Amino acid sequence: MKPATFTYHRASSVRDAVGLLSELAEEEPKLLAGGQSLVAMMNYRMARPGHLVDITHVPGLAGIRRSTGDDGRAILRIGALTTHRAVEKADLGPEFAVLSRAMRWVGHLPIRTRGTVGGSIAHADATAEWCLLAVLLDARIVAEGPAGRREIGAGEFFLGPFTTALEPDEVIVEIVFDRPAPRAALTEYADRRGDFAVVAAGADLDTGSVVLGGVATVPQLVRAAGTPDEIADALDLRDEPGVPAAYRRGLARTLVARARAEAAATTEEDSNG
Amino acid sequence: MTDVALVELHVNGERHDLAIPPRRTLADVLRHDLGLTGTHVGCEHGICGACTVLVDGAPARACLLFAIQVENAEIRTVESLADPDGGLSDLQQCFSEHHGLQCGFCTPGFLMLAEGYLAEEPEATREEIREVVASNLCRCTGYQTITDAIDDCASRRRAALQAALDTAPEPTAGSTA
Amino acid sequence: MGEPGFRPDGTWVGADVPRREDPRLLAGRGRFVDDITLPRMLHAAFVRSTEAHARVTAVDLSEVREVPGVVAAFDAADLGLADITALLDRPAEEFTPTSMPVLARDKVRYVGEPLAVVVATDPYAAEDGVEAAVVEYDPLDPVVTEAAALAAAGTPVHDEAPGNVLVDVSLFATEGIDEVFAAASASAGDVVVTVEANTGRQNALPLETRGVVADWDDRDEQLLVRTCTQVPHQVRTVLARCAGLDEKQVRVTVPDMGGGFGQKCVVGREEIAAAAAARRLRRPVKWIEDRREALTASFLAREQHYTARAAFSADGRILALDTDVVCDMGAYSCYPFTAGIEPLMASAEMPGVYRVPAYRVRGRAVTTNKAPTAPYRGVSRPQYVMVMERLMERAARELGLDAVEVRRRNVITEFPYRGINNVTYDPGSYLESLDLCEQVLRDEGWLSRSGRDRDGRMIGIGFSCFSERTGYGSGAFAQRKMQVVPGFDISQITMDLDGTVTVTTGTLSHGQSHETTFAQIVADRLGIGYDKVKIVQGDTDRITYGWGSFASRSVTIGGSAAAAASVKLGDQLRSIAAHLAGVDIDSTRLDGRGGVRAGDHTYPFAELADVAYLRAHLLPKDVGPGLTATASFDVGGDGTFSNATHGCVVALDPGTGGVEILRYVCVEDCGVAIHPRVVEGQARGGIAQGIAGALFEQVTYDELGQPLAPSFMEYKVPTAAEIPDVRIEHLETPCAFTADGAKGAGEGGTIGAPAAVLNAVNDALRHTGVELDATPIPRAAIFAALSLEEAS
Repeated sequence: MKPATFTYHRASSVRDAVGLLSELAEEEPKLLAGGQSLVAMMNYRMARPGHLVDITHVPGLAGIRRSTGDDGRAILRIGALTTHRAVEKADLGPEFAVLSRAMRWVGHLPIRTRGTVGGSIAHADATAEWCLLAVLLDARIVAEGPAGRREIGAGEFFLGPFTTALEPDEVIVEIVFDRPAPRAALTEYADRRGDFAVVAAGADLDTGSVVLGGVATVPQLVRAAGTPDEIADALDLRDEPGVPAAYRRGLARTLVARARAEAAATTEEDSNG
Repeated sequence: MTDVALVELHVNGERHDLAIPPRRTLADVLRHDLGLTGTHVGCEHGICGACTVLVDGAPARACLLFAIQVENAEIRTVESLADPDGGLSDLQQCFSEHHGLQCGFCTPGFLMLAEGYLAEEPEATREEIREVVASNLCRCTGYQTITDAIDDCASRRRAALQAALDTAPEPTAGSTA
Repeated sequence: MGEPGFRPDGTWVGADVPRREDPRLLAGRGRFVDDITLPRMLHAAFVRSTEAHARVTAVDLSEVREVPGVVAAFDAADLGLADITALLDRPAEEFTPTSMPVLARDKVRYVGEPLAVVVATDPYAAEDGVEAAVVEYDPLDPVVTEAAALAAAGTPVHDEAPGNVLVDVSLFATEGIDEVFAAASASAGDVVVTVEANTGRQNALPLETRGVVADWDDRDEQLLVRTCTQVPHQVRTVLARCAGLDEKQVRVTVPDMGGGFGQKCVVGREEIAAAAAARRLRRPVKWIEDRREALTASFLAREQHYTARAAFSADGRILALDTDVVCDMGAYSCYPFTAGIEPLMASAEMPGVYRVPAYRVRGRAVTTNKAPTAPYRGVSRPQYVMVMERLMERAARELGLDAVEVRRRNVITEFPYRGINNVTYDPGSYLESLDLCEQVLRDEGWLSRSGRDRDGRMIGIGFSCFSERTGYGSGAFAQRKMQVVPGFDISQITMDLDGTVTVTTGTLSHGQSHETTFAQIVADRLGIGYDKVKIVQGDTDRITYGWGSFASRSVTIGGSAAAAASVKLGDQLRSIAAHLAGVDIDSTRLDGRGGVRAGDHTYPFAELADVAYLRAHLLPKDVGPGLTATASFDVGGDGTFSNATHGCVVALDPGTGGVEILRYVCVEDCGVAIHPRVVEGQARGGIAQGIAGALFEQVTYDELGQPLAPSFMEYKVPTAAEIPDVRIEHLETPCAFTADGAKGAGEGGTIGAPAAVLNAVNDALRHTGVELDATPIPRAAIFAALSLEEAS
């Protein structure tokens, strides 16, 4: 399990990285951020990029910035290289505490210390916590390409299994959360701690939205969602080895209810606290 | 394809200048280029944790890092824990006393995981420690004695800190006196 | 480690002394096989089959040899090694011999089967080389399941076994058993209960994968093979045979070893191919199995299917047991145990701790297009204990009796007990362990906690009561009719000038702490510090012959051999002292403080050793120079039985089917514990592996025989979040014929856990009427059972 050979490039800036991606477009370049999924896949030789463009040394890509919008609402900007652990430990205020709390579902400590928010979103696993959170909270993904920066709504970002709206020469710079979600939660089920979820569910009581992972090839957002039964019954599921459709549907029903209950309980804690 | 890169690594306080292909993982470089074979390799996909080392103080999987990525980082491996004369650290001593190791293959990974975690969370409860112990795999112990060892080490460190504070000289003029 | 000094009561056995192994392992200064680097060393990787079942029409390595870094590539024809064959002395209707080639030729029988070895300057280049190999296949229909194997519709896995059955034995069939079942069926109060159980294919999963560093030494005219095996002498024998070498031309040594659990107690193919490549190239060759290989192409275990029927009297006494077990042994028969290992173990031992008056069993090994199997910790016992304990539970339900009470009425209480399976059980604490386990759970308040908890989870409690034969001597193994009969062990002890000793043993530790426990045993015999005893294990040049470590045999057999050798050495020391003091040997004794008391004189060992080596002219005429003694030990009769009862409390989440183990209690009896903490470690680790089998781990394949669990994402080894703390209580029924009264302690935890967990889950599902009989227990099935209840 040793990776195939590649040429290594250390980008000094986002612009440098974008330039390398454009220049090497024909030779399967790949961005290296935390590498917690990519390097594992390279060791299995399931991913074999010809070039690795390492952005981990690019200054300014890690960090969380809080600001206030024109309407007085809190805005959170999470740099692409911010680690899961940094988010877990950060005080994001009641508006975005859901993000910190959700980090307990991301792998284990040594994965959280290296894995990054941007890398997770770019990898686009349909059960990954960041993909679900971004969709649930209508986050915007800021990407820089040869033509400059653009913002992509999370709802339009995830196109299919491990497939996103990013152009091959675009680099995620940051994720913007500009809609506070003080009454939101994410919960999951897996047989074993730290695994990718069989089903994950997030709920935002303020918008009434629910997001589900593990039920389709991309995170499934249900706006103005009904009861857990209604949501679960509407899913298009097939039997898979070890996971019959009825079981997955049942998990969805349970987890939606639990995400909502956790979101409600969080609010009570805050108001009691 | 046989491109070789010059890489400067800082491991356990020593600087190493290496000429290596970029595809060499940190785990392989530590073990086979630097001869630091205490870091073990158990899965090469980031789950078993036998290769856990500290990168700038934080536990990380050495199998999921290319050595060339961490040129500017401080790497610490299990070889840094004991005294140069072989005396075991408090953490290592606790593992021995609680029988927190059997075959010893996963042990360096657990030691570095605990070393990094306790430095960040000295007040960790046993339940929190157990959750962190769940980061790595052990096939021999059933984890209970690993958790006990780390929990005991944390307690001893807290007690030692408290004792140091207690014996520190009193401030001369207490404002409430 | 400080100076341990002498123990006040004079015994090391029974003391939790610091482990001798710990300092180096904790400091990262152990030496595992992949830690070994030799000058000019090359690295091997294997071209492996991508097909489960196919004729191989071509293996083209020409491109491989062009890959930068690749030094050589060999297929089966290039190396010309003889096949590995393991045999049973059984008639053709019971056993079909098959062979396992070192490298496949003509035909492949599982995905991952090695076809060629690529040797390169580093492991990265070796993998590059593997990718350049071109293999052409003519695919055959794969035989993936037990049902497909027994149907025998297509091309058989082995031509020699057209029905895909390698072993088919009926070891016991009590006369009149059918009448017992008929009578029970006809009787109003008696019951006949049936259990159909399936257990998933598992990987023993030592965290250190298999590996080897081999090189040919011209000076020693010897192939030196450093490999992590539990059976170094067996590797030597097979390698010598395959490569056409004399046994003396092969030396197998075992460095520190990162677990084995049985997977490493058979002879693998890759270490032989790598060693042959080293000999051919006259350069050291290292092969380290990677995790994908370990999960898909290593030796697996445990996939069994039971159909078991038992008759019980109205008052809960078992009247008869009738079992059919089919074991899916995969593609090949392993050396030295053969494909009979699982069905023979199940057949011979299944009645277990219960008084079974009538017994019939048929055991079969079928061959399929899956990676082959090896013994794995417990070997069949986790499964048949699960089945026996299910039968007890089901009988209790049907009879309206308490399940613990039913066990109580059936366990063997008088010893020695001659079982229906022709086995004599030495004394154990079957009833006492059952009573104590129940008592502990009652005292902790669990017995009154069945039903629903505050979170709406269903609580269930399960027990398993079992024994484990440990210390199989040659006689016991001979009953299995292996052509190669393990059993005895030989130990040699040598005292140096300074009175310290070195002890060799044919067993070897791969985590079980033998450097410590064997030192304790020897130190007690001589009355010296356990730090004055050095244990040498895992070196075929230093040990006459040995059977390695498996089947919980090391302390019982190897430890007893070491003890016997120590006593002989003590006698030598006494005869020298007697001569020096001019007294009769009968008036000498070891003083327990590193010396011999002879008459009114005390001779420290160093003084006697000084005579033995440096002033040999002072020795008595009938005593030669030097201080060394050799002894062997074999367990006569049927071996010794450890026993235990496990109790498990689970909570089932109706919303997810999730299982949480709330409490786990183990009451164990392995006779005298040499090192109680080590025994507890074995129990806890064993229980974790048993829970893994009950709830988490399974090697699965698709219909084409492609493995579906090539990584730890799919093969779900449980973590500290899933494995509970375990309360352990000790009982002590000493063994009458091993040194110090010890019984084996290596496997019991694994044996008892699946039954306890499954019974607890079924207890929690009791109100639904659903009973589950498959492991790993599918969460979807739990969810479905609890959903039915919610709906009704």
